[in-house]
Amino acid sequence: MTESTYRIQGATGDWEVVIGLEVHAQVTSNSKLFSSSATAFGAEPNSQVSLIDAAMPGMLPVPNRECIRQAVRTGMAIEAQINKWSRFDRKNYFYADLPQGYQISQLYHPLVGEGSLTIEADEKAGIPADKVIGIERIHVEQDAGKLMHDQHPTMSYVDLNRSGVALMEIVSRPDMTSPAEAGAYVAKLRQILRYVGSCDGNMDQGSMRCDVNVSVRKPGEPFGTRTETKNVNSVRFVMQTIEHEASRQVDVLESGGKIVQETRLFDPTTGSTRSMRSKEDAHDYRYFPDPDLLPLELDDAFLEECRASLPELPDAKRARYVGELGLSAYNAAVLTADVETFAWFEALLAETASAQDKAPADVAKQAANWLISEFFGALNKLGKSLEDSPISHEQAAELLALVGKGTISGSIAKQVLETMFETGDNAGAIVEREGLKQESDTGAIEAKVDEILAANADKVAQYKDGKVALFGFFVGQTMKAMAGKGNPQVVNEILKAKLG
Amino acid sequence: MTDLTELGVAQIRDGVAGGDFTAVELAEAFNANVAAAQEALNAFIIATPEKAVEAAAATDAKRARGEALGKMGGVPIGMKDLFATFDVQTTAASHMLEGFKPQYESTVSQKLWDAGAGMLGKLNLDQFAMGSSNETSYFGNVISPWKRSDGGNAALAPGGSSGGSSAALAARLCPAATGTDTGGSIRQPAAFTGTTGIKPTYGRCSRWGVVAFASSLDQAGPMARSVQDCAIMLEAMAGFDAKDSTSLDLPVPNWEAALSGDMKGKKVGIPKEYRVDGLDDDVAKSWDDGIAWLKDAGAEIVEISLPHTKYALPTYYIIAPAEASSNLARYDGVRYGLRDLPDGANLQDMYAATRAAGFGPEVKRRILIGTYVLSAGFYDAYYTQAQKVRALIAQDFAQAFEQCDVILAPTAPSAAFGLGENVDDPLKMYLNDVFAVPASLAGLPAMSVPAGLNREGLPLGLQVIGKAFDEQGVLNAGLALEQRAQFAAKPEKWW
Repeated sequence: MTESTYRIQGATGDWEVVIGLEVHAQVTSNSKLFSSSATAFGAEPNSQVSLIDAAMPGMLPVPNRECIRQAVRTGMAIEAQINKWSRFDRKNYFYADLPQGYQISQLYHPLVGEGSLTIEADEKAGIPADKVIGIERIHVEQDAGKLMHDQHPTMSYVDLNRSGVALMEIVSRPDMTSPAEAGAYVAKLRQILRYVGSCDGNMDQGSMRCDVNVSVRKPGEPFGTRTETKNVNSVRFVMQTIEHEASRQVDVLESGGKIVQETRLFDPTTGSTRSMRSKEDAHDYRYFPDPDLLPLELDDAFLEECRASLPELPDAKRARYVGELGLSAYNAAVLTADVETFAWFEALLAETASAQDKAPADVAKQAANWLISEFFGALNKLGKSLEDSPISHEQAAELLALVGKGTISGSIAKQVLETMFETGDNAGAIVEREGLKQESDTGAIEAKVDEILAANADKVAQYKDGKVALFGFFVGQTMKAMAGKGNPQVVNEILKAKLG
Repeated sequence: MTDLTELGVAQIRDGVAGGDFTAVELAEAFNANVAAAQEALNAFIIATPEKAVEAAAATDAKRARGEALGKMGGVPIGMKDLFATFDVQTTAASHMLEGFKPQYESTVSQKLWDAGAGMLGKLNLDQFAMGSSNETSYFGNVISPWKRSDGGNAALAPGGSSGGSSAALAARLCPAATGTDTGGSIRQPAAFTGTTGIKPTYGRCSRWGVVAFASSLDQAGPMARSVQDCAIMLEAMAGFDAKDSTSLDLPVPNWEAALSGDMKGKKVGIPKEYRVDGLDDDVAKSWDDGIAWLKDAGAEIVEISLPHTKYALPTYYIIAPAEASSNLARYDGVRYGLRDLPDGANLQDMYAATRAAGFGPEVKRRILIGTYVLSAGFYDAYYTQAQKVRALIAQDFAQAFEQCDVILAPTAPSAAFGLGENVDDPLKMYLNDVFAVPASLAGLPAMSVPAGLNREGLPLGLQVIGKAFDEQGVLNAGLALEQRAQFAAKPEKWW
């Protein structure tokens, strides 16, 4: 494997960075891990709290099947070992956002074991080749509530809406060696979670957050002491955390200091990390199996259903777009980047194929090129995203069919798309109304060509003397004379014939 | 006319149904006894006479309409104050939960109300069910209605933790009461007061809404004055509850209908390890009586071995406090219950002050033990080891039950002791549960039935331990003992 060449240049030489990530991903489900409370983001404080979430006396947790299912599907998507027997443990500590006085988690027997994902080569970012990043485990656990310190001058308020929401903790191996790799890992993981539908991946809403473990070492030496920076909530911040933390550690080591194993916080306003608590202050969590819950045992039928419900995953989809649809690697990567994009593309592809009565593979390039270069550009101009596109994929397919059948040219299609965005009208109606149909009648085109050649006899002579670059000039003049509606292919053929 | 408060569950159910008396007059008779005994016995933390009358009136009205009455139709009961009762103070006998009124009803109490029972009040207990003498309650000791026959007037322990339940039954303040048993808390108080109680198989009765002590051991059960009454009440309490993940998903048998004291063809195991050195003579004698009675009922007696018995108590005193230390973490002053917020206190200060004031010494002791055995560096030596021994104890029973159908043993190593006698010596106090704890660790059904009086005139109990899910076998052996023990003694009324 080609290794990353990312190094921190210190006064004493180069340092390697070793990175492991723990990603907390909120499970997409209607209710919490052990209660039936709702999980919607942004609800009124304490409006989604059951007796269980508030840890009233005598309340008991009951596992939510859907949360377990989502975690298992996620495990399958990273080709991980699914443990048919797992167990919940209590992690004991006191905090006002933790009503039970313990978090129900899985320390000893997690639901999902060893798996991996692949990050793609990206020369520009310093990832020379595809790289497999190991994932040690995924376990499910409860989220805590939230403290609000800005509501009262001397008191803190507690919001338990998030208390008991299901999280997946996805723990990577320390396999990443540069900020770019870590960034790519988080992006790829988010992409997989979104494909699977097990987490919305919205880092800005906190439904996906990273604990970033960083250490540095001289090449060839054993791992250094690591620090853990908690709750970093964007891909960019993950990369910044690593950059800052790695150079800080190098500075400490090179000035004769030692790295303390500690928990740190990332400050997005300064892009730096600061110490939160050291190992000496670390809690003794007194993990032990939760006696309120039986071990979680999964049967084959459940696992089969989980597997059958998995969608086509990003790597497979990208390979299919290249292999079966003949798309370029770049286009395939763009179109599979997220669920909304590939869903739009696949709908457009189906409509386009049927509108032109062709196989999808025969129109895939047309659809892909148009979507990426024309449609995304037009959307961008309007500041809109795919979800709020002013036109449907049926409408887009009709436009592409008009181009495909030679009714309008590609450049007219741009003009038609603009009108569609403005009016919402269908392409056919616009072409009809504005008389944009392409002229393919050879007689009419010949007449125009003859006019142009006659009017530019000097240039014809130059062309015949070998200045073949003038061909474009003749095409342009002809098209102009035909108000852009001449079929470019026919125009080319006739010009070639006449110019000899 | 007989004194209504002498009647048991079956008699009340049949008497109300048959029109011999109304449920309301019966409830009022018990309400009167409760009120009259409160100052002397302190069996209840609060009385709820209006609840008892309300339920009774509903039963009477149902009967008047010709509708069928429930299993517990017209039976007023005492509710151990560990069960959450809707809008009625639920304290677990702690200062921590003083004044706490749940806005929910425990599954077990709801089932009892649905079966036609009414609530006389919330019964006193050891704080958070931790204790064997009911001396750890924040609301004061429960005084046993029993006195020694030596002419002394020493106040005796009713046992614990269901001491309010046992005292109230013996004093005829209720015909039946709920109990919970984590390591003997139904059986030992029943033995101390000449009453009957069964801890069913772990998971038979839902734990939902019962204030947790040690989740893997806690199990609710009925306490009454006869085996039949326990069978009836257990039917009303038991059943699968989707809200409790550890609940048994099994149908509830009709235990009452299948009651039989005929032990022909049954084998009764006598565990040799329970015949400990220095076993109290009277206790040993009552055990021998029990063996003779079961033989008389047709059973074959076999000696069995439960080799890990001597490790049961230390194992229990690791696992139960470990779970308790975590279960009781929720009492932090943040959301409900006591909050002690000294001037200028931060969050940690509030926790410390609240928990220092809200928990009694025994609860604190167990939280400390539990925290210690779960802490880094000690976990494997204590907790993991205890779990292994627990598995061995369960295996002992499984092997023993290849040779016998039920096991007969004493319930407790002695009769009731005087209040204050053991409070300074926790280990001596813990020894009270030495015969009760093994069945708890194995999750097995076990009951205590009165066997007779010791030389001081105090009741002794015999314990029947059965196979998992075989409450019927336990009840039937209990009935065989009851029929032969002919236990009719009751405390002389002094309150």
